[in-house]
Amino acid sequence: MKKFKCSVCGYIYEGDAAPATCPVCGAPASEFIEEKTAKKSWLHDKNNNIYIIAYSTVMVVIVAAVLAFASLGLQSKQNANIVVEKKSAILMSIGQGTEADKAPNKTAYIDEEYAKYITDSYVVNASGDKVENADAFSLLIDLKAQYDKPEAERELPVFVSKSDDGVVRYILPVWGAGLWGPIWGYVALESDWDTIYGVVFDHKSETPGLGAEIATPAFEDQFKGKEIFKEGEMVSIAVLKGAGASAGNNNAVDAVSGGTITSRGVQTMLKTCFSGYAAYIEKQRAEMNASQVAVAAEEPLAAENINVNEESNE
Amino acid sequence: MSSKEKEPLFSAKNIKLLTSPFSQSNPVIVQILGICSALAVTAKMKPAFVMAISVTVVTAFSNLIMSLLRKTIPSRIRIIVQLVVIAALVILVDQVLKAYVYDVSKQLSVFVGLIITNCIIMGRVEAFALGNKPWPSFLDGIGNGAGYGIILIIISFFRELLGSGTLWGYQVIPDWCYQHGYSNNSLMLLPPMALIIVGLIIWIHRSYNKNLIDK
Repeated sequence: MKKFKCSVCGYIYEGDAAPATCPVCGAPASEFIEEKTAKKSWLHDKNNNIYIIAYSTVMVVIVAAVLAFASLGLQSKQNANIVVEKKSAILMSIGQGTEADKAPNKTAYIDEEYAKYITDSYVVNASGDKVENADAFSLLIDLKAQYDKPEAERELPVFVSKSDDGVVRYILPVWGAGLWGPIWGYVALESDWDTIYGVVFDHKSETPGLGAEIATPAFEDQFKGKEIFKEGEMVSIAVLKGAGASAGNNNAVDAVSGGTITSRGVQTMLKTCFSGYAAYIEKQRAEMNASQVAVAAEEPLAAENINVNEESNE
Repeated sequence: MSSKEKEPLFSAKNIKLLTSPFSQSNPVIVQILGICSALAVTAKMKPAFVMAISVTVVTAFSNLIMSLLRKTIPSRIRIIVQLVVIAALVILVDQVLKAYVYDVSKQLSVFVGLIITNCIIMGRVEAFALGNKPWPSFLDGIGNGAGYGIILIIISFFRELLGSGTLWGYQVIPDWCYQHGYSNNSLMLLPPMALIIVGLIIWIHRSYNKNLIDK
């Protein structure tokens, strides 16, 4: 089958020979020109399917290679930024590292402050024991992975801080879900493992002005001095709806108005996270009570000893 | 091609490509494109500036790459190719921001990723780069990105000054103003005020450029 094109009107006739007259404009056969259906190779025909498939394949491979290369090349720097951010947040929960924005070298400043105030870090498991040879910080980077596990298998980091006047506080990272994405934070507990010294929260994409208010001092400051135990039982901190709803309640704070779901997320997050540490915290408290009892028991003895000594001296 | 005279790199025509988006064909205030991100990232000057640079880089290089490829692109998958090139550039920009200006990248959050959907970029690639040589396309990209950026910076200047009393993070309104009852207009920090400022800029711009006023 050949194609003939009428040079007068552009009509294309398909057949073995040109028609006697053009059916459209009536031009004679001599006006017909054979269309050369030149077989272009697929390499030169942009609308050939093979060309299109080859083109997209090559393009995708090149783009993927470039992006993978860039991602690998920049990863160490990005991770360093994340580490600095986490250190900075840990420091914030104990009220340190506040000059970071004014410091000429933020990374150096945060590293220095971190080394100064955070004296120890370790990892605890669900049965309340310390995990040997585990790095708390690397666990912190991917905290989500721990909370994806069933509670019994979680291994959670604890950071120990020592303030300028030698007061020891424990910082527990928390992780949960808000309305639009993850929320997380750090809770600094006094050495009685009960009273909250300070908290800092952050979020990925909560609504500005509503849910995002959880990351403001106004919300965070409410937690100061609250207690996670009530009559010896761990109750975590409730986030109550309504201004002033938590007044006089030592285990609750006020929710963010207009941010109900985010506030509820904070409450759930705290409950889940504290319960992950529960076994360890109970152990610490039991030890503490035991040592207090022991001290209380030892004191009179010591006093007697002195008396005895005094007597014998006489 | 060889019969054509070689154009100087910065001929009058090329300069015009670079400068006309600043005023006469500004993407934001004349073509009304890219408004969404202009509202979202202009509460402070620093993120606005970083956003302006990012968009300029992406427009310039997507224009350049698409112009280099324009004779090889199958027309049936033209839009897909454009999107892949633009998306790849945006991801690169995002990665670089995360590595070097982490704080700003956190503030810009999702809007860096959304540069992909910025109409200015697709518009310039489709309208200009596919039909022009690489160098003019590159200039056109820089011009349009910068035209967008200038508006962003003007908006963020007023929003940061009136909303937070700072410029580039430094306090400029002295403390005694606050002591005498001045307070920051927090409405300025909300996106609707950016829209009003865009409106004001358009008004002032049109009153100087009568040829742009619709009859």
